[in-house]
Amino acid sequence: MKKLGFLVNPVAGLGGRVGLKGSDGTEIIRKARELGAVPQSSCRAVQALGVLSRIKDRIAVTTYPAEMGEDAARECGLLPDVIGAIPKGATTAEDTVRAAREMEDHGVDLILFAGGDGTARDIYKAIGRRVPALGIPAGVKIHSGVYAVTPRHAGEVAVRFLEGKLTVHDAEVMDIDEDAFRRGTVTARLLGYLQTPEDRCFVQRAKAGSVRLEKEALQGITADVVGNMKPGWLYLVGPGTTTRGILSELGLRNTLLGVDVVLDKRLIASDANESELARLIADRQAMVVLSVIGGQGYLLGRGNQQLSPAVIRKVGKEQVIVVASKEKLVSLAGRPLLVDTGDEELDRMLSGYVKVTTGFQEYCMYKVGA
Amino acid sequence: MGRDPATLLRKFHQARWDEPVILEMGVPGERGILVRKVEKGVQAEVGNGVSSIPADLRRSAPTRLPEVNQVRVLRHFMHLSQETMGTDVTIDISQGTCTMKYSPKVQEHIATRHPGMAEVHPLQPDISLQGLLEIIYKLEGFLREISGLDRFTFQPGGGAQGVYTGASIVRAYHAARGDVNRTEVITTMFSHPCDSAAPATAGYKIITLMPDELGYPDINALKAALSERTAAIFITNPEDTGIYNPRIDEYVKAAHEIGALCYYDQANANGMLGITRAKEAGFDLCHFNLHKTFSVPHQCMGGSVGAVGCRDELKKFLPVPRVGFDGKQYSLDYEASGSIGKVRSFFGNPQSLVKAYAWILHHGAAGLREAAECAVLNNNYLEKKLKEIRGVSVRYSADKCKLEQIRYSWEKLYNDTGVGTEDVMRRMADYGLQHYWMSHPPWIVPQPFTLEPCESYSRDDLDEYVAVLRQISKEAYENPELVKSAPHNQVVHKVPEPSINQPERIAVTWRQHLKKKAR
Repeated sequence: MKKLGFLVNPVAGLGGRVGLKGSDGTEIIRKARELGAVPQSSCRAVQALGVLSRIKDRIAVTTYPAEMGEDAARECGLLPDVIGAIPKGATTAEDTVRAAREMEDHGVDLILFAGGDGTARDIYKAIGRRVPALGIPAGVKIHSGVYAVTPRHAGEVAVRFLEGKLTVHDAEVMDIDEDAFRRGTVTARLLGYLQTPEDRCFVQRAKAGSVRLEKEALQGITADVVGNMKPGWLYLVGPGTTTRGILSELGLRNTLLGVDVVLDKRLIASDANESELARLIADRQAMVVLSVIGGQGYLLGRGNQQLSPAVIRKVGKEQVIVVASKEKLVSLAGRPLLVDTGDEELDRMLSGYVKVTTGFQEYCMYKVGA
Repeated sequence: MGRDPATLLRKFHQARWDEPVILEMGVPGERGILVRKVEKGVQAEVGNGVSSIPADLRRSAPTRLPEVNQVRVLRHFMHLSQETMGTDVTIDISQGTCTMKYSPKVQEHIATRHPGMAEVHPLQPDISLQGLLEIIYKLEGFLREISGLDRFTFQPGGGAQGVYTGASIVRAYHAARGDVNRTEVITTMFSHPCDSAAPATAGYKIITLMPDELGYPDINALKAALSERTAAIFITNPEDTGIYNPRIDEYVKAAHEIGALCYYDQANANGMLGITRAKEAGFDLCHFNLHKTFSVPHQCMGGSVGAVGCRDELKKFLPVPRVGFDGKQYSLDYEASGSIGKVRSFFGNPQSLVKAYAWILHHGAAGLREAAECAVLNNNYLEKKLKEIRGVSVRYSADKCKLEQIRYSWEKLYNDTGVGTEDVMRRMADYGLQHYWMSHPPWIVPQPFTLEPCESYSRDDLDEYVAVLRQISKEAYENPELVKSAPHNQVVHKVPEPSINQPERIAVTWRQHLKKKAR
């Protein structure tokens, strides 16, 4: 029998409707409640869990007390195994971290959690890539790739995963510095990757029964980029699962979340910051390799701020290689790729169409918006 | 199987034979025909019958064919025929983009049994093949008129091979002009995948255009992609969405301006026969799948024809031999200077040519146009009825009339009930309908299904089809498990999904099966 860990961050989403940009920290939560905010996450969790009640005889549910999961589970007619203890009505990030760790100790096959970017960050902190996890979108900020599109969709994906029909892939955990965001600047960081069930509804089987798996697409992309590398040029390889493959292909150590610099297929800088990049490209021609970050389709300005306006300007628009699988582009549902470098003129210059590398000698024209 | 006149639903259950592969059915010593020993006189004259065959061509051991008697062979194939859901068994509106129309059986008879077909060999002298050559020559004349282009080849054995032939002609054309830097081919996301795969096989880099908000390939993206590196654009119209692109000539003009060629994938031309032509849209090349628009059976991915047409200035690149006529006699022309060479032996699949020829002759020019109009009418009738079903939507240009096919979506049904397009697809078989074609990957339209009601289907057929989908939608809202666990009335209840996606587990011949099993 499969074991499901179910976890609700009861305060996720609290800051959204009252315009507080997020719900991190006890002070903000107090403020949100004063402004009349009502918790959203529990009812969204119920929507997702409702789908799972379909297979309730075939799964064992482990959850945390009261508003951290127990209530929602009982509302859906499940009989959960409730573990741990919480300060009722005053839960914090620590409770989420502890709950996820204890669920890992209980040997759950999947942690299904309701929350936002902050919650994903806490879950990641607790379990890393050791236990598969999937988010029910309930927070104010959803930049992370670990969330399903809707609560019901989260339920469907969880069912299919528990039935053994889906595999996991690396999904981005991202967070925006809320304090900075409230002051008007966006600083998004890529914190790491959770192992998330992959709903391949965008890569379904073809006419003759062959699916070009995303993995093969990534191999193709890597082969294309590596095969076209010009001697004597610097390659500034940005963060992302797609770009990571390029360094692995070259047998180079890569920084999961940072910018690595390659010259003649050798690594010359690891996790370089802006000034280091600026220094390296001062007297050399360079290419920048970008992948699409987060569910919203950012190329620049989310999780790769080291590639600053000055760096991009020096390198030049023509020298930017964008890599993404077709499936990733399709998952944007027609929305443009986004750039938010903080330099409006540069953003305008980068917008238009970009030739995205989607496979070996395979490209896709895609719109970029500022 | 009976049909309830009120609901139009059938109480269907497929025959279950669990039929083995014939190669597993042999019984040593069993025979279908006992061949009598020849008379002594004959034996004295010809020896044992194989002695005149050169020794190195002779088998040293008998082939490992199954030993099965006639009755068991007949039963075997009858059983198999009861385990199919193809065009001749059911209403095959399901295979959108495939143009599953009725193939008149008389065509089959002519093409396979007429002595002029059954008893000829491609190595006979031209003079003794005049009938067949005349058919090929005249069929080319028909397709020239239908497309407006100047010459055709019938060698390619299918659509993708046709596109490969086209890409090879594009390459030969630029090479002949000394223009060797054109390395890119541009195609669109909703064109058939072979429009990227076949030029890629011919050595091109492929740039794909995404659809815009209305579902048309983004023309601004095309303009951004075109350059002195562009060899050609390969484009379909209408694409899988069924929306006719009225600005197709602008795409062609933009490509021609930078010196690229334009290839029109008209594999499926069923919505435009006698109405629009590749020539007037400005195209340099096009192809028709005779096994779609021209009623020839698909023949399980083989044995058909992708007829590739081109303008006069490209004809020297066509494969050889080409059929010529001097006013008196038909002949085969092997003049190959400039030709891309052969893509298939001899004339390709002449039986398919005869069937298409018969179909076109039978319809006449006015009949072809009527077929197209009827297919378009059927499609728009079906759309109107399907849009009334809870959970069905049309992603692009929902308010526009479509041509011959439409990509629909069960997205709303999936969001409401968790029942997705694959679940509905499996459930259809319980009502005696062939599963439908969803979409090429990736799924741009979520939870897609693509239907194409050709002119062969009556209004009654369409109504039955709609009734089944309406019923399944109702079931999904009332009892989703019933649909998710379908099919219930089929021979095989569920094929484990991953297995059909793993090349190492797919075997389409017995030899492959043995090899892969041994591993």
